[in-house]
Amino acid sequence: MSDHELRVSKIRDGTVIDHIAAGQALNVLAILGIDADSGETVSVGMRVPSDRLGTKDIVKVEGRELSQDEVDVISLIAPAATINIVREFDVAEKHRVERPAEVAGVLSCPNRRCITTEDEPVESRFDVLDDGIRCQYCGTIVREGIADHIDVR
Amino acid sequence: MRHDHVISAKDLSREGIEEVLDRAAEVAADPAAARGRQAGTLLGLCFFEPSTRTKMSFTAAMKRLGGDVVDMGSVESSSVTKGESLADTVRVVEGYADALVLRHPSEGSAKMASEYVDVPLINAGDGAGQHPTQTLLDLYTIRKSAGLDDLTIGVMGDLKYGRTVHSLAHALTNFDARQHFVSPESLQLPRSVRYDLHEAGASIREHTDLTEVLPELDVLYVTRIQRERFADETEYRAVAGEYQIDADTLAAARDDLTVMHPLPRVDEIAHDVDETDHATYFQQAHNGVPMRMALLDLLLGGDR
Repeated sequence: MSDHELRVSKIRDGTVIDHIAAGQALNVLAILGIDADSGETVSVGMRVPSDRLGTKDIVKVEGRELSQDEVDVISLIAPAATINIVREFDVAEKHRVERPAEVAGVLSCPNRRCITTEDEPVESRFDVLDDGIRCQYCGTIVREGIADHIDVR
Repeated sequence: MRHDHVISAKDLSREGIEEVLDRAAEVAADPAAARGRQAGTLLGLCFFEPSTRTKMSFTAAMKRLGGDVVDMGSVESSSVTKGESLADTVRVVEGYADALVLRHPSEGSAKMASEYVDVPLINAGDGAGQHPTQTLLDLYTIRKSAGLDDLTIGVMGDLKYGRTVHSLAHALTNFDARQHFVSPESLQLPRSVRYDLHEAGASIREHTDLTEVLPELDVLYVTRIQRERFADETEYRAVAGEYQIDADTLAAARDDLTVMHPLPRVDEIAHDVDETDHATYFQQAHNGVPMRMALLDLLLGGDR
């Protein structure tokens, strides 16, 4: 039994998000809207030894398969992450995250003068750049701390 | 250009710009020929911030085309004070007019508003964002005075918040201009604008001292440094004083230097410059009418 398996026991149905950049697990939970009151069974491993990354974080969520929107945003803070969809204890699907061309509705624009921060019927929308994201409305570029702008639902 | 919305100078191609400038030159050469071309057409004016020249210039342009304007009036007297959203306001006003002109303090407001209307919407300034019709009249003025080919331009003043600067810098990347940006360090170009200029392969240099580049310039574009950008009056005066020009300053410039300013000016260009051949800012303001006539006529599909 490998070191990896020792730390992370199997789940029946749900999602395992593996190879998260070390230190980003709590931000992944924030993207998924998981907090103390959420009710899901969640396991979190932080700074677990990894052949590929040195150390990595890992998140397992029981009873939930992630939406493409959620995966898209995770890709921004954890570009090397792999998503394992587990059904009846078996990995039914496994894929790496891919950075999308744009993300909508999940992040809020840090520019206080941007129209998307006002009481208008408009969803935030960001283009994904090589090294950050850019608001499609006001043009503000965010490179560091993208997770700080997650609009927790 | 796409004959629908005019939101950002970034959307303007070289061909689109030249189409508007060529039409503006035709209008300026023979204003009578344009008269009546938009008879019966109404332009809706939605200005959520004070404006004198932009609003008057659009009104003059529309009336000279034979059309008319319907004006939302000041924000204080409109339903905005009752809490109406911008999205609702423009959806209502599009029913009254054939095209809309919007000025709003929030960045991205024109783009958002354009998603809610089917009539052409023109951005007349969205906060520190974009002001594309100012850019078109600036380009028209530059083309007339100095030419847009092989241009060396200096842009001086508040480069951080000055939307006319951002729009112009984007547009000039279409013409391979050499752009020099002169400002205090605290008011340099924002990251997003630098990113775009870099992506467009623009030739730009940044300076804190005008004298480094003045002798090379074909055009010097001056903008106002606003007091509210500084913590206190003393700091404002010290910094702003470094970025004022007068006739003596321009002694080091080429004889054919064109000096422009989007106006209103406060004291960044001394009145003694007005009397020199360099001064082009009043002509620049006047150019807003033929340029806006040309743009409106193109957007509204006037018969030629």
